Parts: sequence; structure tokens; C-alpha cells
Amino acid sequence: MENLIALLIAAPLLGAAVLLVGGRRLDAVGHWIGTLLSTVSFVFGLILFVDLLGKGAEHRTLIKHLYSWVPVAGFQADVTFRLDQLSMTFVLLITGVGSLIHLYSVGYMEHDERRRRFFGYLNLFLAAMLLLVLADNYLLLYVGWEGVGLASYLLIGFWQHKPSAATAAKKAFLVNRVGDMGLSIAIMLMFTTFGSFAFGPVLNHAGDASEGKLTAIGLMLLLAACGKSAQVPLQSWLGDAMEGPTPVSALIHAATMVTAGVYLIVRSGAVFNAAPDAQLAVTVVGAVTLLFGAIVGCAKDDIKKALAGSTMSQIGYMILAAGLGPIGYVFAIMHLVTHGFFKAGLFLGAGSVMHGMNDEVDMRKYGGLRTYMPVTFITFGLGYLAIIGFPGLSGFFSKDKIIEAAFAKGGTEGWILGGAALLGAAITAFYMTRVMLMTFFGEKRWQPDENGHEPHPHESPRVMTIPMILLAVGSVCAGGLFSIGDRFLHWLEPITGHSEGNSPLSAAAVTGATMVCLVIGVGIAWAQYGRGPVPVVAPRGSLLTRAARRDLLQDDFNHVVLVRGGEHLTRSLVYVDHTLVDGVVNGTAAGFGGLSGRLRRIQNGFARSYAVSMFGGAALLVAATLLMRAV
Amino acid sequence: MSATVVHSLWTTAADPISKIPAPKIEYGQLSPTLIVVGAALVGVLVEAFVPRKSRYYAQVFVSVVALCAAFAAVVALAADGYGTTKAHIAAMGAIAVDGPSLFLQGTILLAGLVGLFTFAERRLDPAAHGNRVDSFAAQAASVPGGDSEKAAVKAGFTTTEVFPLLLFAIAGMLVFPSANDLLTLFVALEVFSLPLYLLCALARRKRLMSQEAAVKYFLLGAFASAFTLFGIALLYGYAGSVSYARIAQVVDGTVTNVDPALANTMGNDALLLLGSALIVMGLLFKVGAVPFHMWTPDVYQGAPTPVTGFMAAATKVAAFGALLRLLYVVLPGMRWDWRPVMWAVAIITMLGGAIVAITQTDIKRLLAYSSIAHAGFILAGVIATSKDGVSSVLFYLAGYSFVTIGAFAVVTLVRDAGGEATHLSKWAGLGRRSPLVAAVFAVFLLAFAGIPLTSGFAGKFAVFKAAADGGAAPLVVVGVISSAIAAFFYIRVIVLMFFSEPKPEGPTVAVPSPLTMAAIGMGVAVTLVLGVAPQYFLNLASQAGVFVR
Repeated sequence: MENLIALLIAAPLLGAAVLLVGGRRLDAVGHWIGTLLSTVSFVFGLILFVDLLGKGAEHRTLIKHLYSWVPVAGFQADVTFRLDQLSMTFVLLITGVGSLIHLYSVGYMEHDERRRRFFGYLNLFLAAMLLLVLADNYLLLYVGWEGVGLASYLLIGFWQHKPSAATAAKKAFLVNRVGDMGLSIAIMLMFTTFGSFAFGPVLNHAGDASEGKLTAIGLMLLLAACGKSAQVPLQSWLGDAMEGPTPVSALIHAATMVTAGVYLIVRSGAVFNAAPDAQLAVTVVGAVTLLFGAIVGCAKDDIKKALAGSTMSQIGYMILAAGLGPIGYVFAIMHLVTHGFFKAGLFLGAGSVMHGMNDEVDMRKYGGLRTYMPVTFITFGLGYLAIIGFPGLSGFFSKDKIIEAAFAKGGTEGWILGGAALLGAAITAFYMTRVMLMTFFGEKRWQPDENGHEPHPHESPRVMTIPMILLAVGSVCAGGLFSIGDRFLHWLEPITGHSEGNSPLSAAAVTGATMVCLVIGVGIAWAQYGRGPVPVVAPRGSLLTRAARRDLLQDDFNHVVLVRGGEHLTRSLVYVDHTLVDGVVNGTAAGFGGLSGRLRRIQNGFARSYAVSMFGGAALLVAATLLMRAV
Repeated sequence: MSATVVHSLWTTAADPISKIPAPKIEYGQLSPTLIVVGAALVGVLVEAFVPRKSRYYAQVFVSVVALCAAFAAVVALAADGYGTTKAHIAAMGAIAVDGPSLFLQGTILLAGLVGLFTFAERRLDPAAHGNRVDSFAAQAASVPGGDSEKAAVKAGFTTTEVFPLLLFAIAGMLVFPSANDLLTLFVALEVFSLPLYLLCALARRKRLMSQEAAVKYFLLGAFASAFTLFGIALLYGYAGSVSYARIAQVVDGTVTNVDPALANTMGNDALLLLGSALIVMGLLFKVGAVPFHMWTPDVYQGAPTPVTGFMAAATKVAAFGALLRLLYVVLPGMRWDWRPVMWAVAIITMLGGAIVAITQTDIKRLLAYSSIAHAGFILAGVIATSKDGVSSVLFYLAGYSFVTIGAFAVVTLVRDAGGEATHLSKWAGLGRRSPLVAAVFAVFLLAFAGIPLTSGFAGKFAVFKAAADGGAAPLVVVGVISSAIAAFFYIRVIVLMFFSEPKPEGPTVAVPSPLTMAAIGMGVAVTLVLGVAPQYFLNLASQAGVFVR
């Protein structure tokens, strides 16, 4: 059974190799090869899942040692996989949603002549992401971590002929490098602290290390998580990453890759449990990001960017939960899975809308699409209800638990974090209702483009709608399936641990407050966008709106602080280099050159003067030898 | 024959026969030298009796066979254990057969073989009157540019005497590092020097320059020999013997019995210091150390390029071998006297060679100054006075000699109407026109500069490490600085070849015969093998690093 774990990764890896090396002769069938291998991986995952379910809760960890990777005395790195409840959850999410999105992409990318390559990259992403979640040590995890970064870069810039896509890919790559640096430093710190970077030694002995070192490791891991999961302050790349094809946004930049940071923190729970300061930093990052993303999401007219802000915000929830420690780990992962369903569904819906609207992304040019695209409307609508936490749907269960857990943190912190989470829920309801109303309700606002082509909104082909329907089913049912009877809690508890905390509010009170926030958010949105017509040209808006449209000035901040600062640093270093370093170097060179020219004149070509120099040399040699003896 | 025997011959002439022991010569152990000398004599007979048309082929055949046979003999002796356990002093105390001897003899023979290939090259110069010509004058005695020269060229004369001359020189070089008494040392010095003086004068093109170089080399060489001989006389006066072992014993103070005829001088330290300084000076002249280096650029530039290559490689090997034996076998007891002096010589040699090379404009002169700097680097290893010092120098010499011959062989290929185009400006853009030749030359330059993955790096590393371990760390610092300076002009040539626009009337690269190709190929191969996988050869040099006393 353990061998299946390796095959799980091998299938998409094989797909990537075949599709990328195979060349044009595979153009006709490449997309089906990619989809097939992704599905094979999912089937392997299901078999393993059934196998795990058949075992007792204590025996649900499978270890597969493949080979010894770096066999050096004192530095052992093995290619070893660990399949336990946590990684199993991720495997099913990645391969399940991944396979659906492969299927969707068959239709979405139909007219793209580089479709085979696209599927090769998608398979490469799946393999890297599976490696990330199945690795049994941090070094191997780092390989997967970089692998998904590479796949993300390739896919954001897939339409590299568009300068905006190429720039966005580069931006994502660079920002991620900052986070990757954090992960590599964390791994080095682990090695110096524990003498190993395998999960077993590090996590089982985390309590033995000093709190200072654990805090340092935790903060570095947090930096890594911020980069990969687009959390403040490394959030700036996610909005631009929407330049990639929409299935990519759904799979990588909503459902799976961006949640790798959450996985990293939950997996390293033992480290964070013993480093309260690092935990606090995690909750702060989560709370700030969940508000940041939500506010940005309110102001965007680009449907994908609005959803990107939402993703950032929802991952903020997960990070917040992960920072709460054992109170929140299970709910972080539960929200991660439900979010994987409904956010992938929303993105696929957005893609379907764009597909029918000549790739128009501005919601102000949509309107009234519900009659033209009924399937998209219903699936998108179910996703919408799930994300705002409509009672009974997925988001209701998972988000509510996180808000409860935030209050259960206790003390002032608990009130602040819980309040932020509640506020976030209200804003979520607002911006998602706004997206819904602007896209599917009201008057139709689309106009002919500059070539005079008027869009003819139409429903997408079945190959695209089937994945959307399946994801909508997940969005509706997953939360209830997980929460009723605390099934998910019992499944994950052996790995992450769990504690109830001490909430100052009862569960019912929190749920009630959440419902109130939901109604307020939806109400304001309806008042603003549902009652009257939506202007096609965006009004000027308040100061906050304008700032939010510019992603709360994130790029301006980065530009002023990092780019300008970097330029000034570079310039001053160049100045020092030119004057001081080059001065010394060139001066030395000129000095030797001058010396050379002068010494050269001694070589005058006359044998007599050569003989004199020899004689003088001999005299010196003799004198020096005698002198040495005299001294 | 030891000097005491000579002395008693003089005083007891009445009863000569019974006092002379029958000399015992170990022919087998001396076979490498004897084979080469014998072949040189055969070469002389070939000149006398073989028709002119076939002489070239006969000479090349004899020389190649002799050098290969001699090398085989060296390998057989080494395999027999003469380099390590069976090392001893042969020929009545005149010749040492030990590790350093055999290692250096092997190196000299291989370098000689590669040098021979470049001597025998006849495809570079355009055929004169239907005769293929080599790098040597048609008739050495004809006046440059005169009617007799034209007649000799028209008649298709070639100076095939270069082959026996080369063999004689090699024979002297084989004896030089293994000489175990001062007289043998001096005889060997003259045996290899005189043929080289002649060879230097034999260039086919630029004959006046070649003859000037030869005269300078001869005059200065004779001058240096005089110093050496004077030093030998003083040392004999000090020790009452010319035998290395005996002198070493007197220096150590283990032997003090006074020869009655030398009662006034024996044991006089002033004689020891003066004598050893003068002999060392003679050897420093041969290796081209500053301030005895002034002949090097002029001679390297004027001599026919194949001769330059051979001379630069093999002379250095032989002279450093002799220097090592002198300092390690004869004078270890006074190393506190000579080490500081040699420090100074090494430093000014490294810096002087590197600095003056910066402003050179002729590729052959550039390589000459480069060889001076390298002499300084090798001296750093000599100064280590340890077993590692010996083996590092042996390794360095082996690597260096092949790089040098290869580099000069490439110089013979780059030609214009006036023969070899040695001015650096003409090498501009060579990499565009002849990428392979330029790349090969770049490999040699990188090896000279001591860039990793070439023999130059492995050798320099070994030498500097030995010097640092031997307590000469400041010397290593100077060595590294000099290497940095030297890297400048090596890299500059590479830049010139690959990153400059070729000149319209630039030189052409001649297509050589397989002989020169083999020489260059061996140079590249040895350079890369010693650079990439030096361990086997380092071990070999390490095993060979012990002198027999």
C-alpha cells in the first residue's frame, strides 16, 4: 500500500514529462493524457483513503522510504513520504479539485494552440504540490515548495505574449523568493537546533529547544507562509497573478497552492505550540490579511481580482485559525477544504462568464447574466451562498468554527481577533453579494468592443459545466458532512491535537452574531447595487475606495520603500565601487603597469649589461649568504 | 672517480696500477642516458653516411626510437624499485639512481619526445623550391641574406644535425639532476648547454636575431659556468672532495680528518659559503631566476620556436632537479644560511617576472617572462626543505613542461608572410578565425595562470602548500599576489584572441602535420589530466620525493 504513495506523485510527474518532452505530436491528445493521469492520481488517493479509514486512528500514518537522497555523515536527507490524516486530506483536495479543473480546462483552453503545454504545467504543479504535502522532511518539502513556485510562475505567465502576464509572473516569482528565503533559513535553523530536518526529530523534540530558537524558526516559517499564501506583507503578487488562465487561478491561486502556507504552519504545529510569540505573530498576520483582502475585494470591478481579494481574505481566516494553536488547527484545515470547493467553483464560474463574454472581466459591463447562463448562475450562486456562510452550506460550518475559536483564544486578544473575524464575515457578505448582483442581476450593461463585436453571452460546454456542478455539490455538502458528528475533528485530531479553549461567548451567541453580520453585509450590498442601476463607469468613490482599488497602496508602498530604497542603496554602493574599490584596483594596476614599463628598460639588449647584472646578482648572493652567517 | 683518488694519483705516481680500483659501472641503471648518448652518436654517423634525401627520416627514426627506449628503461628501473627501495649511487659515486632522478629523467625524455615532434615539423613553412622545410636554417654557416644562403635553400639543404644535437642536450639533461658529484654536475651542464647554444642560432627566419640570441646565450652561459666552476673549486677546497655525500658530511661535521694538502682551507666556512653561493648562482642562471634571468627573453625570442619550447621546458626540469639535489643532499646542514637568500631570490623572481610581463608585446617574450615568474613559484617549493617540497616541485615541473612545449608549438602555427607572427597585436581576433587553435592556446594560458582543472592549478597548489607547511607563509602570499598579476596578462591574451575584431591583414593559422598536432594534443591532454585527476601523479611524485645520500 505504501508504494501507492510514490505512484501518487509519479502519475502527474510522468504526465508532465510526457507532455513537455513529447512535442507537437501529442497536441491532439495531450489534454486528455494530462486529465487521465491526474484522475489516476486521484483514484490512488481514494484507495489510500479507504485503506486509512479501515485502520484504527493510531495506525493511520504510512511511511514510504524511497531512497537515500543525501547520505552524508551528520547530514541525512532521505526521499521519504509520510501519508497521515493531514496529508491525506490535502491529497484528496489536490487531486480531486485538480482533476475537475483539468477537465474544465479541456473546454476552457480549447482554442489555445499551446494547450498541451498548459496541461504539462498543470501536471507538473500537481506532482510538486503532492510532493510538498507528502514529504517526510522539510528539505524534501522545500523541493515541492519550489516546484509549485515554478509551476505557478510558468502558469501565471502562460500567456507570456501579454506584457502584463509576463510582469505578473515575474512579480509572483520575486515576492515568493522572499518567502522561500524564510523557509530555507527555517530549515537551516532546524538543522542547527535539532541536527535534523525530518518531521519526526524536529516535531517530537520541539519542546526541548529554547523558546528563542523556536520563535525564530516559527517566524521564518511564517515568512515562508506569507510568501506562498499571499499574506500581508507579501500579499502583493496574488492580484496580479490573475493574469494567468482562469483554471490556474482556480486551482493554484485559490484552492491549493496558496494554502501551502496553512499546511506548513499546521504541520509545524509542535514548533508553534512551544513559541507563543510566533503564534501571536501568525494570528496578527491572519487577522490583518483577512480584513485587507476583504476591503480590496470590495473595491475591485475586475471579477477575478475581486475573487483574488476574497481568496486572500479567506486564507487570512485559515492563518488566523492556525495561529490559535490546537484550538484552531482542525478548523483551519476544514475551512481550507471547504474553501477549496467553493472558491474553485467561483473561479470556474467566473471563467465560464468570461468565456461567454469575450474574455471581458469588468463586472460593470456584465449584468443580468442569470438568464443567459443558468448553470453558471446556479453553481456560482451556490458557491456564493457557501462563502458568505449561508446557514447549512459549507462556509457556514467552517467559518463559524474559526470565529468561535478566535473568541476562545480568551482575553483581550480573543475579543480583538474574534471581532476582526466577525467584521471580516460582514465584509465578505458585502463584496460577494456585490459580485453576484453586478454579474447576474440588474440590467445588461455589455457593449460592443472596439471592433464592433457585441458579446453573445452563452452557457459553456458541458465539459466545463460538469466540474462546476460537482464543485457546487461540494460547496453545499462538505461543511455539513465534516461538522455533523464532528467527523473531521475526529479524523484530524490525532495529528494536530485539539483543545476547546475557553470562549467568553456561547457557540449560539457567536453563530447569532455571525448571522447578524451576514445580513448587514448583504443588506448594504443590495442597497448599493441591487436597488438601482449599476453605473458602467466606476464613480470616483471615497478615499478608502480609491485606496482599495489600488490594493490599499501595496504597490506604492513597495515601490517607495523597497524599489526606491533599493535603488538608493545600489547607487551608493555603485558610487563606493567606482570611487573607492575601482580607485584602489585601477591604482594598483596602473602602479604595476608603470613599474613594469620602468623595469623593462633595464632589459636593454646589451649582453654586457646583462653580464653586469649577473655579476651584481652573484655579488649580492654571496654577500647575503655571508651576512646570514654573520648574523 | 672521487677526488681523493685523483689527488693520490698525483702524489704517488711511482705505484700507479695497484691503487686504482677497477671502475664498476652499473650499465643497466645508467641505460637511459647511455641509450640517448648512443643514439646521438648514431645520429652523427647518419649525418656522415646516409644520403641527404633520407637523412631527415633516418634521424627522426633514430631519435624517436632512442627516446622511447630510454623512457622505457626509466619506467623499467622505476618498476624495479630503483626509485624507492633499491635507490643507490651508481658509477663510482658519480650518478645517483633514485626517485627524483628517475622522475625527472622520465619527464625530460617525454618533454624531449614532444619537443622532437616540433623539431621534425615540415609543413608550416611553404615549400622552398619544391623541398619541404622545417624551422631550421638551410645551412647554418651561410651568411644571412647572402648568396650562399640562397644557394643552400635552392639546393634544398636542411640542417638535420639538429636531431643529434637535441639528443646530446637531452643526454646532458638526464645526467644533470642525477649527478652526485660536482664534476659530473659541471660536465653535464656543459654537455647540455653547448648543443642548446648551437640550436638557438639555427632559425630559418630572422636569422640575425637568432644568431644574436645564440651569442648572448653562449657568452652569458659561459660567464655563469665560470662562476659555477669557481664555486666548485672553493667547495673542493672546503671539503677536500667533490662528492656530494662527502661534502655533506664535512658540512655536518661528521667528517673532520684533514687532507694534508688542504690543511689551510678545509673546514673554512667562508669557502663553503662562497662556493655554495656561486654554484647555486650557476643553477639559478639556468632556471632563469632574477637577477640572472636577463638572457631569457632575448634568447626565447630569437631562438627557433621549437628550440625555445624544448629549452624552456627541459632545461628548467634538469636545472631544478640539480638545484634540489644540491640543496637537499649537499647543503641541508647549512639551510639556515641559504634559505633566507633563496627567499629573497624567489620573491624578486616571482614579482619581477610577473610585473615585467605586463608590458610585453611579443608573445614569445611574454612567455619568457612568464617562465621567469614560474621559476619563482617553483623556487617557493624548493625552499620548503621537506619531502613534500621535493614532490611538489617534481609534480609542478612535469605539468609545466608540457604546457610550455604545447604553448610554443601553438606559436609556431600562427604565421604571416614573415614567418611566425609573434607580435601580440596580430593575435587579435584569432578566436574568430581559428577557434580551435585559440581555444587550445587559451587552455595553456589558463594552465599558466593556475586556473583550476588545469595542471597549473594542481602544481601551484602543491608547491604553495608545501611552502606554507615549511614555514614560508609570507612567500606564499607573495606567490599568490604574483599569480594575480600574472593572470592579468594571460587573460589579456585570451581577451585579445576572443573579444577583439580580427585585423584584415592578420596572420593565418597553418595546418600542421600530425607531429605538431601530437605535441599540442599531448600538451592539452597532460594539462587536463593533471588538472582534473592529479592524485595518481601526486602520489607518484610523492613516492619519488626521496633523495639517496
